Amino acid sequence: MSFWGRFCRNRSAVVGLFILALVILIAATAGLLFPEDPFKLVGRSMSAPGENGFLFGSDTLGRDVAAGMAHGARVSLLIGLLATSVAVSLGVLLGAMAGYFGGWIDDVLMRFTEMFQTIPSFIFAILIVAIMKPSIQSVIIAIAVVSWPAVARLVRGEFMAMRNREFVQACHIIGMSDWRIMIREILPNCVSPIIVTGSLMVATAILIESGLAFLGLGDPNIISWGFQIGAGRTVLRSAWWVCTFPGIAIMLTVLAINLVGEGLNDALNPRLRERT
Amino acid sequence: MSQTAQRSRYVLKRLLQAVPVVLAIIVVNFFLLQLAEGDAVDVLAGEAGSATPEYMEQLREKFGLDKPLPVQLGVYMKNMLTFDLGYSFRHDMPVSKLVLDRLVPTLLLMVSTITLAVGFGIVLGLLAASSLNTWRDNVISVFALISYATPLFWVGLMMIVVFSLKLRWFPTSGMENVAMFYEGWDRVKDIAHHLVMPTLTLSLFYLALYTRLMRASMLEQSSMDYVTTARAKGLTERRIVFVHILRNALLPVVTMAGVQVGSLIGGSVIVESVFAWPGLGMLAFEALFARDLNLLLGIFLLSALLVVAINLVVDLVYSFLDPRIEVG
Repeated sequence: MSFWGRFCRNRSAVVGLFILALVILIAATAGLLFPEDPFKLVGRSMSAPGENGFLFGSDTLGRDVAAGMAHGARVSLLIGLLATSVAVSLGVLLGAMAGYFGGWIDDVLMRFTEMFQTIPSFIFAILIVAIMKPSIQSVIIAIAVVSWPAVARLVRGEFMAMRNREFVQACHIIGMSDWRIMIREILPNCVSPIIVTGSLMVATAILIESGLAFLGLGDPNIISWGFQIGAGRTVLRSAWWVCTFPGIAIMLTVLAINLVGEGLNDALNPRLRERT
Repeated sequence: MSQTAQRSRYVLKRLLQAVPVVLAIIVVNFFLLQLAEGDAVDVLAGEAGSATPEYMEQLREKFGLDKPLPVQLGVYMKNMLTFDLGYSFRHDMPVSKLVLDRLVPTLLLMVSTITLAVGFGIVLGLLAASSLNTWRDNVISVFALISYATPLFWVGLMMIVVFSLKLRWFPTSGMENVAMFYEGWDRVKDIAHHLVMPTLTLSLFYLALYTRLMRASMLEQSSMDYVTTARAKGLTERRIVFVHILRNALLPVVTMAGVQVGSLIGGSVIVESVFAWPGLGMLAFEALFARDLNLLLGIFLLSALLVVAINLVVDLVYSFLDPRIEVG
């Protein structure tokens, strides 16, 4: 069966892909749908959903919640993708070295990884952002720093399993360099699990980002879902919608990415699926 | 070697393994402090309002901030190992006293969360595994999927909207009603009343996690040979599930409970700041607003130590639960 055939066999993954596509579409067209700056005060403050032309209401200052959500989708997806790419690159590099070379390199790198896994990751992320001053870059770095260990462990396992296989031995015999074997020969063989883990990490990254922004550690110049909820919590009693709708956006996006990740898992590791 | 001697050797070994982790965490802390803009003297000068450059130089000399980095690291490690975490100028108190004061509410929240999540997770997982692919199983799976995707702070806020503001069942924030001067059982009841919503919020994600884990673990164990043997012996299905399978299926759940402690502390920062629960997480939230870096680093260190300690305890519990694990 083709990749798509296997992916579509998982119904919920298709639903997830549909929701995700919708979020991406909204993020891409946010500038067209809501051409105004989402920070701009555009109408009466504290309008309920549907009132005064606000689909999801307006906040304490009269900012459009829906506009903030559309522009916030960009930030969430962007930070999710960038932080995951940084984390995956770092994890692949360290994991590949540990798994391929073994010995003391493996020992040192794994102790290092374990230490990062022991540290309470969310508090670590808070610290990094607080120290580097909140900005898109510092949020991305913080999320990447706390998420790479999972990839490193996964890649290490894959490399360890492959390093003594015949095709790798053949590469050694024809005199290929270690780095070339690692990048050109072994790495392409473990792309599937990396993609699956990576896709699930995007979801976690979005959750971490929203948590940081909720605590006031987002980039102050960019609107995001977590920031909206954090700003709206003071008026929870009188304007529940300011917190409610951005939260639903986070939930749907993360849920969709998780479902797509599971679908990718089924599609990329068909044998694994049949065994369970 | 006797059983007890073997066990104490294992405890000692695990303790020794924790030492380099603690040292490494202190080093990370030190470098984070170095990364930050300005040093303690800048903070002091800022608090005082005015300070001449000469006076600031004097202070730097006094605190050893003019020494080379390795020397500073040595001093820092010595301070940390004697649990001297520096001084919080905002609170006008040593950081160590501040964080220890706030430790108890956080521990209370964590213990109640773990109890709830593990307890109900085991029950729900058992239920899902025993009625595989029926509506009950599906409902539990969907609940787990949604719980994974929902940000904690949003769950907390929505619970406040529904259960505090609309239904008025639970208080919105705090740990106790200080104005009432409750004592004895009344106070315990009051705190428990305040504890309900933070615990529910924080445990939701872990409940989902343990439910899925328990379900998978039950399914894995039920296809083992010893189950076939038990069935061939003519044991009742109830006895097989509750006595034979359940015991083995619990092990991964216990392991996971230990692994998750670190993320639980992170989650408690969010939950505590939503419900104004006066624990470490709330303190971290306040420290963030006050830009009190010393305090933030102290909280970070204490929570990392907590994770190391709890992992140690879980490993020991594990070795009691599963005698097959070599303690020697």
